[in-house]
Amino acid sequence: MVRAVEAPASSNLAGRIGLERTLALIARLRELGILLALAVIVLVVSVQTPVFFTVSNFEQILLSVALIAIVAVGQTTVVLTRNVDLSVGSVVGLVAFVTGDLLKEHVLGVPAAILAGCLLGLGLGVLNGLIITLGRVPAIVATLGTLNIYRGLAFLIAGGKQVSVIDLPKSYLQIASSSVLGVPTLIFSAIVIAAIAAYLLRYSRTGRQLYAIGSNPAAAEVVGIPSQRLVFGAFVLCGLLAGVAGVLWGSRFGTVNAGAASGLELQVIAAVVVGGVNIFGGSGTVVGAVLGAILLGTIQNALTISHLSQFWLQAIDGAVILLAVGTDAAIRSYFQRILTRTGRR
Amino acid sequence: MTESTPVLELVGVSKRFGAVEALKDVSLALAAGEVHALVGENGAGKSTLVRILAGVHRPDTGTLKLDGHELVLRGPASARDHGIAVIHQHPNLFPDLEVAENLFIGHLPRGRLGGVDWRELHRRADELFASLGVAQKVNVPVRGLSVADQQLVEIAKALSTEARVLVMDEPTAALSTHEVERLFAITRQLRDRGVAVLFVDHRMDEVFEISDRISVLRDGRHVITAAASELTPDETIRHMVGRRVESLYPKEEATVGEVALEVRGLTRKGVFNDVSFEVRRGEIVGLAGLVGAGRTEIARVLFGIDRADAGEISVLGKRVTIDNPTDAMRHGVVYVPEDRHEHGLVLDFSIASNISLPIVSKLSRLLVMDRGRERDLATDYSKQLQVRSTGVGQSVSGLSGGNQQKVVIAKWLATRPTVLVLDEPTHGVDIGAKAEVHRIISQLAAQGMAIVLISSELPELMGMADRVLVLHEGRVAVAFDRDALSQERIMAAATGHPEK
Amino acid sequence: MSALRDRLLARWETLLVLLLFAFLVLGTSLSPYFLSASNFSDMTSNLMEKAIMALPLALIIIAGEIDLSVESMLGLSSALLGFVYLLGWPLWIDIPLVLAVGALGGLFNGLLVTRAGLPSLVVTLGTLALYRGLASVVLGPQSVSRWPDSFTNFGFGTVPGTLLPWPFVIFAVLAVAFMFVLHRTWIGRQIFAIGKNKEAARYAGIQVARVKTLLFVLSGTLSALAGVVLTARLSSARADNGQGFVLDVVTATLLGGVNIFGGEGTIAGVVLAIFVIGVLRNGLTLADVSPDVQSVVVGALLILSVAGPTAVRRIRSAWSTRRFVQSAINR
Repeated sequence: MVRAVEAPASSNLAGRIGLERTLALIARLRELGILLALAVIVLVVSVQTPVFFTVSNFEQILLSVALIAIVAVGQTTVVLTRNVDLSVGSVVGLVAFVTGDLLKEHVLGVPAAILAGCLLGLGLGVLNGLIITLGRVPAIVATLGTLNIYRGLAFLIAGGKQVSVIDLPKSYLQIASSSVLGVPTLIFSAIVIAAIAAYLLRYSRTGRQLYAIGSNPAAAEVVGIPSQRLVFGAFVLCGLLAGVAGVLWGSRFGTVNAGAASGLELQVIAAVVVGGVNIFGGSGTVVGAVLGAILLGTIQNALTISHLSQFWLQAIDGAVILLAVGTDAAIRSYFQRILTRTGRR
Repeated sequence: MTESTPVLELVGVSKRFGAVEALKDVSLALAAGEVHALVGENGAGKSTLVRILAGVHRPDTGTLKLDGHELVLRGPASARDHGIAVIHQHPNLFPDLEVAENLFIGHLPRGRLGGVDWRELHRRADELFASLGVAQKVNVPVRGLSVADQQLVEIAKALSTEARVLVMDEPTAALSTHEVERLFAITRQLRDRGVAVLFVDHRMDEVFEISDRISVLRDGRHVITAAASELTPDETIRHMVGRRVESLYPKEEATVGEVALEVRGLTRKGVFNDVSFEVRRGEIVGLAGLVGAGRTEIARVLFGIDRADAGEISVLGKRVTIDNPTDAMRHGVVYVPEDRHEHGLVLDFSIASNISLPIVSKLSRLLVMDRGRERDLATDYSKQLQVRSTGVGQSVSGLSGGNQQKVVIAKWLATRPTVLVLDEPTHGVDIGAKAEVHRIISQLAAQGMAIVLISSELPELMGMADRVLVLHEGRVAVAFDRDALSQERIMAAATGHPEK
Repeated sequence: MSALRDRLLARWETLLVLLLFAFLVLGTSLSPYFLSASNFSDMTSNLMEKAIMALPLALIIIAGEIDLSVESMLGLSSALLGFVYLLGWPLWIDIPLVLAVGALGGLFNGLLVTRAGLPSLVVTLGTLALYRGLASVVLGPQSVSRWPDSFTNFGFGTVPGTLLPWPFVIFAVLAVAFMFVLHRTWIGRQIFAIGKNKEAARYAGIQVARVKTLLFVLSGTLSALAGVVLTARLSSARADNGQGFVLDVVTATLLGGVNIFGGEGTIAGVVLAIFVIGVLRNGLTLADVSPDVQSVVVGALLILSVAGPTAVRRIRSAWSTRRFVQSAINR
């Protein structure tokens, strides 16, 4: 090992600012970057299609994004621990259908049905958590399995039928179209859920422990963090929030069949990853995930408004996942190399 | 403060890993307010001792005592709870979390609403660093910090848990001179505060600069403990190495032929600098030096795992470029790695499958692997090297360390190399097998192979090598011929304290 | 290979045969039409695209990676095939073109994993979406249904004189080839080594990056081939062809004994497993269970095929530790 007398001063920007501060800046840059991208898209599209730049359109965007954002909050907690939940789309669909069905068949009243739906989501999350922690099945395999199991259950229960708007009580349907304090309920719920989650992740001991688990699982064990229990909890929360989204989904769309919310998981993961949540765990914020959802929702809306092919959407989600993960990895390895070059390993 | 009761004590501790006795009946006492250095060669047992203190391993026999009372550690968390903080060679922090959070993870300060009080956290963290006299931004992620700075975070973390014992395992390995000075200043502060510091190191100048007391381990046994003022570096070195040179297999005389490997000006920034040497056919050149001196790193470059930034390599007189192991193999340079479980063997594979791995394509006809040829080849080498097994179909995970090592050697012999680089080939191998491995190496040299022997076992170098190059901090410090070899001389050069 | 795994595997393939038998019995009880040659011919026919994709996936998982994008590459190749055929290009140009695109898609996956060092899970999750999306862009919602008879006869028909579907012939040839490569050649040996210990493989001179990239290219190409076969069989090129296939393909591989953590697996096991799934689905279909509901069982099979061996392993090691401790105490 060559003993350097002093670490040589680097001439580049990173060196001048200081590596540590640069990295912290990048993290905050992410959220700024998303806002910037949003601004650019809004600008470009508004020039082309002025209809885009209206309050009602923005409200449309936020409405369509609200449900994804709610699920993204749950997914963020899971991803922070270095796991992933692919079953969220199926949970949303199953819960939406079951809730609607319970109401259609007059089995339960609206409040009870809503509660049942949320509990169903919770239960599905519990199952995911058990398979992963007790069964020691890697999250990817476990949730790929439950993605199909939960979706299949929806089809089994549906038996080819669907729940239509006319089957549902007005009070249920009105939830999605009502407002709280002037803000549409859906958007309000998303904001409240995101705010609570953001607060807990930042200010609660459990929240900080989630970050620790994802950042260095081995060290987390050493420090005595109950990793298994927390990972289980993350999946339960994810299921619960997907359940909440499912209940609201039913209210928003009214007509729900067993295939509802298919493919939602990819949109959610794309939002989370674009929002700067590290797929390896340990860093990222709920705010970022929500901003990511808004960005992708804006792109979707822009495509619809400009009559561009809707079919680009899925491709964009995929490309976005690849770009976001790729750039994050590139940035990280760039800094690793700088650290090595200046003699600091 | 009672002078008598040490804060932390090991009493008659032994620990064995398979065939290897890492510690034999070691007793050591750490007193409060003292910097206690633990020195010894590689393999003397220092790391094992540290891991026992850290709660990672449990002693087979003997006890730990805390303030005179018996202490049973159930794991690393338990050690921490009892006030024992260990700083390992590689920092074990949470890279994505802020410095402040890393310091107080597990006991983050709460605010009025019950949530984490970040301002208070930052304030306390600043306070901690200020008390150490270090300027460190506490709201940045640990990921961006240099190793030296991360170490300081670990030390600060130890302080935050009010550790009474601080164990530092070779902390200066990756530090610049300035950073070492800073570390020592802080260590002195901690000592003055009453912390018992155990400082594992083997750079003599550092040991004598910082420690109050020195203990020497050798071959897993405790040799001596004395005040630093009562010892000299030379005496310490003598205690580290002094032993009867074991009866190794007498070296076969080999005719030394043409230059097989020539290395000129090999440099890898931050790792080793301007290394030049040559190895002839029939010669065994030993590479000595401390861990981190650059020996394995040079070997990795020779084998193409890493790339050099400057310098040339020539094999049999021809300049070669080695960008990956396939190139190295093609030019006849092969490497028996230090870590045979991670790099040397596929543990689940059979002996035959391991031996054939580098040459699988050559053992095939039209893509099909000739299992018969594979088996014959493995049986041949197995016999030649006397690998004790139930047959070449046995999984190598079931073999003893010595036999595993022979399989690794056999694997490379099968490629008919010109240059064989061995990295700690008898590490974790029992005495009997050691002699056998030495015999094999000796015979290979006699058959005309050029051998580079990286070793921390001085008797091994003394017995086997024709010449020994001692590396110190990435440079070739001294080169000894066989007749000028002595363990003291090698260790002195390796620890940066060459004889005058 | 590991002695434990050998014993487990020997029992694993036996277990698969038993499972196959059990599902055959189940199928017979569910429907009188089950045990007929024509039914088995249909069943096999429906299975072959997934079977073709399971082969390279097995190798990829053995090498320590994963490829979730297979079903989307299938869809993309189907869409592309339809698109270029509509343009008037003859099939003998279209099909190689589509296969080449498959290879490129696989190369893209491979480079992102080996060069950019991104985890294959995330990469292929992204390409799962990307390739399906591109399929939609290429063909939109339409389907191309006019194909030459030779093409559809190949996809839907059987070898003259038998009830063996043509695609089965393709699969059989591929399965034999894969079995040969994985278990008999030096390439297969390298793949196992990479999966067992990537570093040791590297230190043994194996070109890990090259091997992995080639496996991804292979996966992409064969997924494209599966797309061609599916298009021929259904006589319809659609962007959403193959949607949902990834479940069966991954399940077949893991149920077939391929270790999710790499380094272990057999082609024979995968072939058995694919038929286990095929028989299961066929039986349930005849019992009027919809494909989506069938997926509940397949999903459960997937989870069990990973949870099962892990549980067994842990019980065994707990048992042997117990015995070790006992004997230590008794000493």
